[in-house]
Amino acid sequence: MTPTTLFGKIWAAHEVVAETAETPAVMYIDLHLTHEVTSPQAYTVLRQRGLKVRRTDRTLATMDHSTPTDSDQLFGRVPIKLESAARQVRELEKNCAEFGVELLGIHSPNRGIVHIIGPELGLTQPGATIVCGDSHTSTHGAFGALAFGIGTTEVGQVLATQCLLQRKARTLAVNVEGTLPRGVTAKDLVLAIIRRLGVSGGTGSVIEYRGSTIRALSMEERMTVCNMSIEAGARAGLIAPDETTFAYLKGRPRAPAGAVWDAAVARWRTLVTDPGARFDAEISIDAETLAPMITYGTNPGMSVALGEAIPASGDAVYVKALAYMGLTAGQQMLGQKINEVFLGSCTNGRLSDLEQAATLLRGRKVAPGVRFMVVPGSQQIKLAAEAAGLDRVFKDAGAEWREAGCSMCLGMNGDLVARGAYCVSTSNRNFEGRQGIGARTLLASPIMAAAAAVTGVVTDPRTLLA
Amino acid sequence: MEPIRTLRSRTVVLASTNIDTDQIMPARFLTTTTREGLGKHLFADWRYDSAGQPIPEFVLNKPEAAGCQILVAGRNIGCGSSREHAPWGLYDYGFRAVISSEIADIFRNNSLKNGLLPVVVDPQTHAWLLANPGAEVSVDLESSTVTLPNGQKASFSVEAFARYCLLNGVDETGYLLSQEAAIRAYEARHGA
Repeated sequence: MTPTTLFGKIWAAHEVVAETAETPAVMYIDLHLTHEVTSPQAYTVLRQRGLKVRRTDRTLATMDHSTPTDSDQLFGRVPIKLESAARQVRELEKNCAEFGVELLGIHSPNRGIVHIIGPELGLTQPGATIVCGDSHTSTHGAFGALAFGIGTTEVGQVLATQCLLQRKARTLAVNVEGTLPRGVTAKDLVLAIIRRLGVSGGTGSVIEYRGSTIRALSMEERMTVCNMSIEAGARAGLIAPDETTFAYLKGRPRAPAGAVWDAAVARWRTLVTDPGARFDAEISIDAETLAPMITYGTNPGMSVALGEAIPASGDAVYVKALAYMGLTAGQQMLGQKINEVFLGSCTNGRLSDLEQAATLLRGRKVAPGVRFMVVPGSQQIKLAAEAAGLDRVFKDAGAEWREAGCSMCLGMNGDLVARGAYCVSTSNRNFEGRQGIGARTLLASPIMAAAAAVTGVVTDPRTLLA
Repeated sequence: MEPIRTLRSRTVVLASTNIDTDQIMPARFLTTTTREGLGKHLFADWRYDSAGQPIPEFVLNKPEAAGCQILVAGRNIGCGSSREHAPWGLYDYGFRAVISSEIADIFRNNSLKNGLLPVVVDPQTHAWLLANPGAEVSVDLESSTVTLPNGQKASFSVEAFARYCLLNGVDETGYLLSQEAAIRAYEARHGA
């Protein structure tokens, strides 16, 4: 047998019809996750063509993107301020009822950001193909699933046929070796990888993250890394499943159980890149040399390690980006005044992210004039955090504690960064206007976000850790 | 979907590199439940000031942009969010092709499904197009070539099946639906 990559194995197992020069492969989709923003037009097409949802048992809906994180608006004590968002939420409820799709809706204790609830429920499983009308679907690759974002036309195709037309991607191995230094997190690692690859370095490729550093990461950390694969332009990110993966999944509500579990694990153990298998490209990163990272520009590739100065360039687009950010070449990010902090999102809205930030925050106060919004990634995370008393830590420090959702990661649910304000954000995109018109986003880890919240400036979190 | 064979139009140039789909269609316009009417929001934050007035210097607000069907963009247009609202907005505005030296995967895919032709040309042709806004260019899908005003031709590649669908106005969903027997056989084989 020819040695095969992990990607090659998952690809081969999902070919309904093999690709030819004239036609792409028909790929079977094991799990289709949907949400309120990128599905309405797909249901419209189903209605127009008289089609049904082919596999309701492989389709799950939730609401996260335009759904408010304010309790009163979410639970209907006051109307949702954004009328169009309210309409979108109602439309999803109607579509799911009409087409028989399971909806983890407003009152479900399992509602949350679509990429957080899939793993949490145990639906995200090794070797599966998973799609969603959202580019951060790459998150699920942390389990060794081939997971990627699709557009709304494709959402309709998967609803109708459970399949997609696909051309086989190239493969890119990102090998990371060594122990991450203290205070350097999975977020810093992935920001360093994106800086190295550039924001289009992964175009056309599926990344497989490999090496001792990756093996040592928890599942939540692996999700942070895979989540941002798309920020390097990659179609998907993958990490081979191992004991860490199996331990995370065991006992989850929708993971296999009993004898089926044992058979599944036996199958999952084969999901590795065979020795000698060739990648189309490879890069290597030395984890020991990494430091906490923060972005200074308007794409996720524009980042510096703390202590490095913002680079200089005469390129017109670069100059425009710095002007938008109100920053200058040669400047250090350390000490940069900030106005807002956002802790949450599908990148860093999981329990361990909240725990790390809370550890730094305990006994400290949010700096005067700084707004700090903490948004758990799911209602389950919210409950777990509250059971552990984390909400008290945040509230006592002066932060806002919200309901689960995408919130400030993208400006479409009422949670916005003010025009011109600097926001240290644990999310994934620092594009112009992403968090609100004129908002200036500085992407960083949860501990750097907490450090900035208590000092009011960009601060090295290592100086505040016990 | 209307077939595309040949386009001939002056170009509009947005030379920025890495134009992400948040710029093409800001998130606040994604709370719509239809795909129509997004052209007015295209590049909203570059196109309008805080009072909602057109910014005269922005290229789409210049008189010469009217009626142009070809957008020439800097390298790696369409990165970021998978929102199909980006190609919907470009199409609704009147664009029928986007030319660059690199186009992000999901955006390219979404464009192909909406009659918006993504055209990746060689860096030299790209540089010429960026330097010559308003040039009268033709794009021929059948031969997969771009022809510059001086008659020089550059070839581009489009995935074979997407090209067939665009040339014939066929939509892919119909093709997928016609694979039902193979899908059922796959499900039986895999106990799915």
